[in-house]
Amino acid sequence: MEATIPLLKVDSVGIRFGGLKAVSDVNVELFPGELVGLIGPNGAGKTTFFNLLTGVYVPTEGTIALNGENLNKQQPYKITRKGISRTFQNIRLFSELSVIDNVKVAYHSLAKHGIPSSIFRLPGHFSGEKEMDEKALEFLRIFNLDHFKDEKAKNLPYGQQRRLEIARALAANPKLLLLDEPAAGMNPHETKELMNLIAFIRKEFNLTVLLIEHDMSLVMGVCERIYVLDHGQLIAHGKPDEIRNDPKVIEAYLGEEVS
Amino acid sequence: MTTLKNSKGFWLSIVLALIFFGIMQYTISNGILNPFYINTLMFIGINIMLATSLHLIIGITGQFSIGHAGFLAVGAYASAVMTMKLELPFIIAVLTGGVIAAVAGMVIGIPSLRLKGDYLAIATLGFGEIVRIVLLNIEYVGGASGMQVSHLTTWPWVFACVMITVLVIRNFTNSTHGRACISVREDETAADAMGINTTYYKVAAFVIGAFFAGIAGSLYAHNFYIIQPSNFGFLKSFDILIFVVLGGLGSLSGSVLAAILLTIVTTFLQDYPETRMIIYSLVLILMMIFRPQGLMGTKEITSLFTHKKTKGGPKDGSHNTVA
Repeated sequence: MEATIPLLKVDSVGIRFGGLKAVSDVNVELFPGELVGLIGPNGAGKTTFFNLLTGVYVPTEGTIALNGENLNKQQPYKITRKGISRTFQNIRLFSELSVIDNVKVAYHSLAKHGIPSSIFRLPGHFSGEKEMDEKALEFLRIFNLDHFKDEKAKNLPYGQQRRLEIARALAANPKLLLLDEPAAGMNPHETKELMNLIAFIRKEFNLTVLLIEHDMSLVMGVCERIYVLDHGQLIAHGKPDEIRNDPKVIEAYLGEEVS
Repeated sequence: MTTLKNSKGFWLSIVLALIFFGIMQYTISNGILNPFYINTLMFIGINIMLATSLHLIIGITGQFSIGHAGFLAVGAYASAVMTMKLELPFIIAVLTGGVIAAVAGMVIGIPSLRLKGDYLAIATLGFGEIVRIVLLNIEYVGGASGMQVSHLTTWPWVFACVMITVLVIRNFTNSTHGRACISVREDETAADAMGINTTYYKVAAFVIGAFFAGIAGSLYAHNFYIIQPSNFGFLKSFDILIFVVLGGLGSLSGSVLAAILLTIVTTFLQDYPETRMIIYSLVLILMMIFRPQGLMGTKEITSLFTHKKTKGGPKDGSHNTVA
């Protein structure tokens, strides 16, 4: 696997906010089909790094390339269309929209009917909307959310909202899925379900997944490789066992949790 | 299956609207309805167009714009120039009014829609005032004393334009494009991350809204014999904003309903100019205390039909008909 061309290549990327270096000199390579973890103590710059990958922030140094194509200075929606999709640490669903409409929004960029077609209700509108309907329902079935489809997103229980957010991210048809603390606030049972789900979608959709997580059992259990970020810099990188025993990581983050 | 039910309510509304149109047309052409009521009717129609076009910008896309009277003014003056100065037919004037307002919407929208919330509100307010002051200083359109316009707006014109406005906005909203706009309203960052070109949809909503405000302006200009820049001050913008907020942000039928109710209230309070503003303000205050989500919340009349199946059909329908 290591021999193939990386799907995502992050080359000494960094960002400054004024005098503050939030992230600096980060090198990450993700290969097709991998499930990689990104860990680090609070304020280490993990979410900032996600924001750099998705174009919310423009890196002040370094380059980010997806399949060899430079993504620097691309607008977020274009990056999503090129194949990077994400979930958010604090759930950001379209809370007033129904569950199925949330998924349909993500599917929007694949829609073929334009504004005039919808305004004049041309045949393209109906076939396009029907296709979206079916596709969205299919996603909801995979995530076991189809019986909630007409419910407003804000009325779902917390765990289901997390699932919906992942379903929505997948509907955007990504090659690389970024999950920002998907297990936050979940109980151990829900976390276990989530682990199975992630393993399943990865196979089903042929995805590469990059995961930020604080739940060590989840990270150590499912990730093939782990990057560790502290104070905006990569301090370690390797297989879960290596990370577990890396003195720098233990010092920075894991403390005595891992024995 | 839901679409079938919705379309049932939809066709019912259309039929009721056509019946309402027929009755009104009959009473008008036979002189049963006195000119005062005819004028109120026209005014209601124009206000519905203004309310629904602003509803698309504020209620659906979530862009707080309070310069809608600016688009109204652009449409009114553009169409008046077409008929009075260039002596072109009314239909061309109406379309020109809409198109020029839409162009103005795009020119204003592209830079100012980068702003959010309060800042956007102030920028659009500024736009409205700029339009008014510019018109005030153009001698060609009469400056402060205004411009004489012949009376060309008739009930069929108003009715047709209202129907088209409401239908287009409804069709736009109930499509993937409308959902894209709503996603911008709900969470712009997430919409962006889901591949929605947020700037495009904000500008699109702005342009469509401005277009119909321009059409409304054309009808407005040709209904009142004279147009003056002072008719299009920021108070006019606030009137339109109040329709949208009172109707319920995000509800198309709500803004239609609010436009009808408030137009009737203001018309009949015109005899009591001293108390008019007090009553009007009182209505708004009470509304915001007891029903802050607006008349309809985010619901539509058609959804009331299908979900509850109450016997309120005819009552709801009569509101719909004016739409």
